[in-house]
Amino acid sequence: MWNVLYVDLSKRDFWVEDRQDLFDRWLGGIGVAIQLFREEIKLDADPLSPDNVVVFAVGPLTCLYPMASKTVAIFKSPLTGNLGESHAGGRSAVAIRMAGYGAIVIKGASDMPVYLTIGDGTVRFRDASTLWGIRSTVTVGRILREREYGRGLRTIMRIGRAGENLVRYACVVTETYRHFGRLGLGAVFGSKKLKALVIYGRESIPVKEPRLYRKVYDEIYDLAVKSELMKKYHDIGTSMNVNMLNAIKGLPTMNLRYSSLDKAELISGEYLAENRLGRRVACSHCPIACIHLAALREPYEGEPYFYKTTYVSYDYEPIYALGSMLGISDTDGMLRLLDSVEIYGLDAMSTGVALAWATEAYEKGLITVNDTLVELRWGYVEGYLQAVRYIVDQVNQFYRDLSLGVDHASRIYGGEDYALAFGGNEMPGYSTGYGAYLTYLTGARHSHLDSAGYSLDEKLLGKEYPPPEHLIDRLVEEEAWRQILSSLVVCFFARGIYIADRVAEALKALGINHTRDTLIDLGFKIYREKYKVKLDLGFRIDSLRIPRRILETECCGRSMDETYLKAALKYFEEKVKGMLSET
Amino acid sequence: MGKRLAVLDAERCVGCQMCMFACNRRFSSGGYSKSAIHVRSVGGFEKGFTVVVCRACEDPPCAKACPTNALRRRVGGGVILDPSRCIGCERCVDACVIGAVSWDEEKNKPVVCVHCGYCTRYCPYNVIGLEEV
Repeated sequence: MWNVLYVDLSKRDFWVEDRQDLFDRWLGGIGVAIQLFREEIKLDADPLSPDNVVVFAVGPLTCLYPMASKTVAIFKSPLTGNLGESHAGGRSAVAIRMAGYGAIVIKGASDMPVYLTIGDGTVRFRDASTLWGIRSTVTVGRILREREYGRGLRTIMRIGRAGENLVRYACVVTETYRHFGRLGLGAVFGSKKLKALVIYGRESIPVKEPRLYRKVYDEIYDLAVKSELMKKYHDIGTSMNVNMLNAIKGLPTMNLRYSSLDKAELISGEYLAENRLGRRVACSHCPIACIHLAALREPYEGEPYFYKTTYVSYDYEPIYALGSMLGISDTDGMLRLLDSVEIYGLDAMSTGVALAWATEAYEKGLITVNDTLVELRWGYVEGYLQAVRYIVDQVNQFYRDLSLGVDHASRIYGGEDYALAFGGNEMPGYSTGYGAYLTYLTGARHSHLDSAGYSLDEKLLGKEYPPPEHLIDRLVEEEAWRQILSSLVVCFFARGIYIADRVAEALKALGINHTRDTLIDLGFKIYREKYKVKLDLGFRIDSLRIPRRILETECCGRSMDETYLKAALKYFEEKVKGMLSET
Repeated sequence: MGKRLAVLDAERCVGCQMCMFACNRRFSSGGYSKSAIHVRSVGGFEKGFTVVVCRACEDPPCAKACPTNALRRRVGGGVILDPSRCIGCERCVDACVIGAVSWDEEKNKPVVCVHCGYCTRYCPYNVIGLEEV
């Protein structure tokens, strides 16, 4: 049975509905979340009003198979005004399903700060006034950890001051080091005066075919720990991309004026693993442990032999955004910036890209020190640390504007040619070619993970690009399949293991009938549903902005041609139109 | 001689909880609510993890606390539960100072480790293992 928990913050009420219908038809995760969102949202809702709706969803593989450790969140994004989607791991997915839910729908808004504890079949509304305004999300986690029930069996999702202050790219932090990072879920929480969610549970999930279940489980487990498929995520982690992209000149550097950075090795995964790695941790029910924590040892000024050691989680994207993008190759400086966005609950990627744009605008005189209040200069860590605080506290008009995203800020101050956002979302860290940028433009959440065009670019290094239509077809196919992964919900890192035939088998053991073909078909259907909502919310493919900068700076040693991108977008638009006219 | 499950090196634990899910699979169900092994953070992920497993006491306090002799000594240490004798009083839970006796809410009976070692196959980091006693 699939229960959905509904919480109305305005009425301080909650109820549970059996939504087996949705899970039967749409599997779970994104497939179900998009339907629940569609049922509840008013299309013209202000994302920061009580009308916005947040849906968290897990899927049929959650708690049952390894690496099915992700939760999908859907909401209207206050950053783009369009569909918001963000995924996170930690213990979130397991905790939601163990609490007895396939999805949680949160609507309305509280008139005072609250946090919710969800478990034992009930929802408790707790006063969060004392937690509101606490400087660090780590402290908030520590308080809730000590106060609430369910050690080891729960998730603690919370926002920081960035979310409270409605920075449009504030994130929701879970288990200290994982995030619903992109598109501003933290600000949505802030607007609802929702400081945190503590979710725990001890449900049991019966399995239809135990023998087959154990067989498929072992096969997946062995592939995860014994084959090469997941090793790279465990060893160096995603930050292995720093050296790799730097070498092929696809590492966005100094607001993408360049595509490689001097001394990039000092912020590389290899360097960090050898010199700073303090601990690896894992999401619940995932043996990989891809979460790398650097031990940052810092002295207190003026006090001999007095140090603090902070554990800072690092991954490729935050390193790109707060490292190379800002011209920073100082290892500890980069880690301090990563730690500061963690403390305030900001999306590292949007923050880095916003600061990179601001640095260039400052250099070109579009803004002055009267706006920035601190000198913004490539590689100048102290200035950026200060600026991060100013964004969070929105100390003046400039920082209020910057807290609305780089699209917004550049519309006011100029410099749109080098404001690196796509569909309103600040760019990810791959400047590898047409594949990457078309993913950013066409992907439903404007994320590199939507359709992984960067990976096509890497395969096409030194080769001729296919016609734009061909590239779009491949991206759409990839994005459609990823809807299945996001419905199960499994981590994209395990995509090489969760291939269609194996997914069908894993589901069969649970009594869910699918074949490779029906899964692929369902992926397209979910993709279509998602794009339909996106268009209904006002997204227009023909008004996508292409920042000039991406045409000026070479990607992996070659320039991109705008006509190719435009032809691809034109074809994509027709393809979407065609897709939506199918019944 | 029997074998017992032991924590070999908790510092190597990454908190993935694979062992808990493994323990639960013995009952052909998903999740970790029937697990006899528990992994939780030492006050936050950054500080590492505590791994709680039954120590296989030679003279187990949980058995001594049981008013109905539902928990009997196991060869090699620890206890074996006879569910038909258990009245669900939870005294065994209180008696275990390391918290290794957990509770099956559905059946209202304790969950105790039988030292079968099934979980060890699923710990890729050699945090837990079987020892000869």
